Amino acid sequence: MKIIKKAQAGSFESSDILILAEKPKDTKGRVIQLNSIVEKQYGDTILKTVNAILDKFEVADIHLVIHDKGALTPVIEARMETVLLRASNNQKGTMY
Amino acid sequence: MKNSLNRNIPEFINGIGKIAPFTGAWNKLKKGWMDELTISPPNKAKLPHQKKLTETLKEAITKTSPKDGMTVSFHHHLRNGDFILVETIKILAELGIRNITLASSSLNDSHTELIKYIKDGTITKIWTSGIRGKLGKAISEGIMENPVIIHSHGGRVRAIHTGKIAIDLCIIAASAADEEGNATGAIGKSAFGSLGYARIDSRYSKQVIVVTDNLVEFPCFPLSIQQNFVDYVVKVASIGDPTKIASGTTRITKSPMDLRIAKLAADVIEKSGYFKNGFSFQVGAGGASLAVAKFIRKKMENKEIKGSFLLGGVTSYGVDMLNEGLFKTIFDVQSFDAEVSSSLYNNKNHIEISASLYANPYNCGCMTNKLDIVVLGALEVDVDFNVNVITGSKGYLRGASGGHCDTASGAELTVVVCPSFRGRISTINKRVDTIVTPGESVDVVVTERGICVNPNKPELAQILVKAGLNIRNIEDLQKEVEKIVGIPNPIERTDKIVALIEYRDGTAIDVVRQLKTVE
Amino acid sequence: MRQKRRTMLYIPGNNPAMLIHGGTYGADSLLLDLEDSVALEQKDSARILVKNVLKNINFYDAEVCVRINHLDTPFGIEDLKEIIPLKPDAIRYPKTETIEDLKRLVTVMEEIEDQHNILHDEIKIHIMIETALGVQNVFEIAKLCHRLDAITIGGQDLTADMNIKSTKDGSGIDLARKMIVMAAKANKIDAIDTVFVDIDDEEGLRKETEKSKNLGFTGKAVINPRQIDIVHEVYTPTEQEIRKAYKIYKEFKKKKKEGIGVFAVDGKMVDAPVIARAKYILELAHINLQEI
Repeated sequence: MKIIKKAQAGSFESSDILILAEKPKDTKGRVIQLNSIVEKQYGDTILKTVNAILDKFEVADIHLVIHDKGALTPVIEARMETVLLRASNNQKGTMY
Repeated sequence: MKNSLNRNIPEFINGIGKIAPFTGAWNKLKKGWMDELTISPPNKAKLPHQKKLTETLKEAITKTSPKDGMTVSFHHHLRNGDFILVETIKILAELGIRNITLASSSLNDSHTELIKYIKDGTITKIWTSGIRGKLGKAISEGIMENPVIIHSHGGRVRAIHTGKIAIDLCIIAASAADEEGNATGAIGKSAFGSLGYARIDSRYSKQVIVVTDNLVEFPCFPLSIQQNFVDYVVKVASIGDPTKIASGTTRITKSPMDLRIAKLAADVIEKSGYFKNGFSFQVGAGGASLAVAKFIRKKMENKEIKGSFLLGGVTSYGVDMLNEGLFKTIFDVQSFDAEVSSSLYNNKNHIEISASLYANPYNCGCMTNKLDIVVLGALEVDVDFNVNVITGSKGYLRGASGGHCDTASGAELTVVVCPSFRGRISTINKRVDTIVTPGESVDVVVTERGICVNPNKPELAQILVKAGLNIRNIEDLQKEVEKIVGIPNPIERTDKIVALIEYRDGTAIDVVRQLKTVE
Repeated sequence: MRQKRRTMLYIPGNNPAMLIHGGTYGADSLLLDLEDSVALEQKDSARILVKNVLKNINFYDAEVCVRINHLDTPFGIEDLKEIIPLKPDAIRYPKTETIEDLKRLVTVMEEIEDQHNILHDEIKIHIMIETALGVQNVFEIAKLCHRLDAITIGGQDLTADMNIKSTKDGSGIDLARKMIVMAAKANKIDAIDTVFVDIDDEEGLRKETEKSKNLGFTGKAVINPRQIDIVHEVYTPTEQEIRKAYKIYKEFKKKKKEGIGVFAVDGKMVDAPVIARAKYILELAHINLQEI
């Protein structure tokens, strides 16, 4: 999947996660900036979840900025899926 | 060495001495007396008509001849609005006093400035029942040489009796006092209610200074603090910020989750067999715990049940129940909002009690021993029902032991209420980070995902199952929560001990070690 | 035992915190909403979130329904495609006005179900009547198909459609309420009353719920978990009702053995409808009929 535009999904609400995705500017690969209220306890886990979804959608080059407010894994997965579909212009059934 | 809860406790801690390990919630008490010697209160004398009034706090402090290595005590009834504790330490620092042992019944956000005085060596030891905010953080990161000793409210009294806390100077902030030092917290612009935690200090301290912003005509009553224990009286402009001393009427939470948990806890209490005429009751002042009172109140009205006494930290909600005749008496060691102060002053059935009468394990009958039902909160609980109310999910000191283990030990039915997880942080764990209250004194843990009954109470479990409540094995609940939130990275700590957690009987129930990484 | 639907809790489909804890508030039924509580530009986001939550979160004993968008919108078909494979207990269809509306829904659902080897009666259908036209057609719609399991009145949309002011006593939608209950009862399915919007007015909620119960509604939709207990209290039989039902059912069991169909309890005739009512009350009160 190719990232062709800027997109975001999720929110700043408690138990949610806000993810912004865009094409990396000059670099190749995945650039992920993570900011989480549970970084100490779950930082690695969150990155693992994020990378697993990137693998699933075969995204090689992407810049992600993530603000996590304690979202659970299924929520992170959902927001990742949403943002990737949006950033690749594959979103369906929405006015986004 | 390991204590009976399998916690690693050193045999000796520099600056504290030999450590006695925890051996069981009631093990030491079974004996019927305390082996440790008790100290006698100081002998003092004054000449007739000698004046106690001094112009400034500094003058009063100077008159007590402060010295290096002294112990200074405070009460925390002014909560987050306290001006006096930091002011006193500031004066002592100005006088060049060093190596102070600070013994406050608790510490909170109004005491952040202490960090400075810890760093410069003015304060080198601390006794307290709780520690929060930036101060808790700094101590967890190791700014002190000696570990802080965390005691319970009852345990503090014991520590004073045994001279472990040997108070040289006791500062008592009061919202009303007279020239002889008779003082109360029940009236005045800075009213805060009960002075329960200060009484014991006033009797055992070598010197006592009463500080007030409301000097009233002699005599000041009620005699929460009595003149025969007071050396000096100081009038200051303000003892604290009234908006932070006493909040408005304490409102019941509107959080659906807290209300759900509270409702389930009230159902547990109703079916437990302890909910009957003449029962005594205590609830914490926080979220779900206070909300239990709302549901119990309704059940009492519906079933026409009248209780005996309400105990503890008292909110206006408790006062309402007293006024409605649902309970006969309130025993008040600490008051949480403005209305409680006026009730304490006006209602003869609302009785101010000392920390000793409240919770001291070593006397012939503290009130917690007569308690039927207590509802308590928790930062986390483990599968052995041990409760942590002192260190947060990142390992920082950020809570209070308070009366948690005292009431749990005394009550017939101890109910702990907490959500099974907060945000992504699990509350039901294999092993709590720090034990404050031993599992053997906790009977039921109520969460929104199920109710767990301590296996040492099989009859209670049976009764509750029969009543149709969702009783679950705590290990199953722990596994379910772990599956939902995932396994967190462990908290990394060094070997240095930053806090010793004392059980109410003076034994070491746990220690907190310094955090490896700082934020 | 038949599924109880005393309360149906609305949960906005794009709100993770509420979705995660939805099953813990004690509501009989949950309504994960993709329709009115979700902004038009977040329809994809909510759909994917609800899908993931259905896969991973335990809702315990609660019935789980998903309210999809109408098939006339650009969202409805995507909702069904994503949600049907996860087999929620029911799909709730908003703004049902004609039998064609319902027929169309059933056709689309069956197509998707066939693709995923899901039986056609596994997922129930709930419809919402929210317009005057819907009220007029409700008797026809209610008998259309066996998958239809409950009808809900959507009070706020209905008052808007009728162009009347929404009042606390709900007088403007009184007839609609009665027609919907009658249509549901005629087809032995549930009728669920609309939400009570003032979440701080506990007494108002109690009164309105009592009214709904007396009209014949099986339950009430709620918008805040704090409303659940009050509705349950109203729908929970009183001790007196339970005692009476117990007596009737016990006598019925005894007489059945003796081969007697109609008998009297406390001087009042007991026949099949009275016994059915007694049974319903005992079930609501969690009393095991086998043990009587």
